[in-house]
Amino acid sequence: MTVAEAAGALGLEVLTGQPNLGKTITGACVSDLLSYVMGSAKAGNLWITIQVHPNVVGVGELLDLAAIVVADGQDPETATLENARQHGVTIMKSRDTAFVVAGRLYALGVT
Amino acid sequence: MLGGGFFLAGRASGEVKRRLGETGLARELARRVVIATYEAEMNICIHAISGDVCVSVEGKGATVVATDRGPGIADVEQALVPGFSTASEKARELGFGAGMGLTNMQRCADSFKIESEVGCGTTVQMEFRPRPTDSEEKPG
Amino acid sequence: MRLAEVVEALEAEVLVGRELLERQAPAAGASDVVSDLLFFGRPGMVLLTGLTRASMIRAAELADVAAVVIVRGKRPEDEAVELARELGMPLLVSPHSLYDCCGRLYVRGLPGPIPACRRAESEEDS
Repeated sequence: MTVAEAAGALGLEVLTGQPNLGKTITGACVSDLLSYVMGSAKAGNLWITIQVHPNVVGVGELLDLAAIVVADGQDPETATLENARQHGVTIMKSRDTAFVVAGRLYALGVT
Repeated sequence: MLGGGFFLAGRASGEVKRRLGETGLARELARRVVIATYEAEMNICIHAISGDVCVSVEGKGATVVATDRGPGIADVEQALVPGFSTASEKARELGFGAGMGLTNMQRCADSFKIESEVGCGTTVQMEFRPRPTDSEEKPG
Repeated sequence: MRLAEVVEALEAEVLVGRELLERQAPAAGASDVVSDLLFFGRPGMVLLTGLTRASMIRAAELADVAAVVIVRGKRPEDEAVELARELGMPLLVSPHSLYDCCGRLYVRGLPGPIPACRRAESEEDS
């Protein structure tokens, strides 16, 4: 599944990184703890979180994540979006809670 | 690198990642160096007054030395326990302070040394060597 | 869903509350941030979390969480276990990731927390 397909299936709003939506998703990670994500997410993973501060971009870039999904209708900070645009990181937004975003992705077969 | 703030945190690691990409180091090894460098950088930002992280590549391996000037660590053994953290509530709300930074560094590095002096600062020294589990794939 | 079914779905170890597994959970939610889980908004929920400290158990109780599942096989600190016992809060540990735990419960039909956009609406109504 590509990021674009996941966005379509889950009704995600793409905020940054539009050119990269063709990336293939290798798996998913749900966590609001940055060190946990740094230690266990794999390249190409979709990261689901409610963290909205600019440091999430660093994590996305360093690990080559497919995209970051900010859940529960939270709005990434302006600095976060600017950072993401600068570093080519895809950030998407969902009105669903992290549990539901993860559940729906899991139900679509992303493991 | 200045401590006490999160905004710039991660930039140094990003630069390290770019430069490592130019060295031809194996992808998995480079990834481990990047993660460990990130954790070292975050510890400086969260806890210290200022610090430096020096990354050097030698052959197929690398060395990272992170030195900071700051409060130091009173009980290093305790600090190494996964989950232990002295980060502020604010830091935790932002997803830091999970107490995994040093743990991540130890897992990523092939040798790990930490020395600290209260009221002075902390130095972490890590070496990275190719592992049988690393793939041969070079960063694309 | 009964907590006993949650235990089975998540292949969880029960640290506290073995006698409380017939309790019904109407929903589950995932959070690693204490101030976030306080807003789950559905009493009786199962909290899925990577947090392991007593402060998380305290917040879970304030949020009317019915059971806590610590994920990734992480061990809670002793104070967290003691507090869970004192509060009668079932405390489970699952070896699976937070993502997997969400998925396993979701596909078995367990709903999530009240999303922030609907919480705002319900606050306006009340």
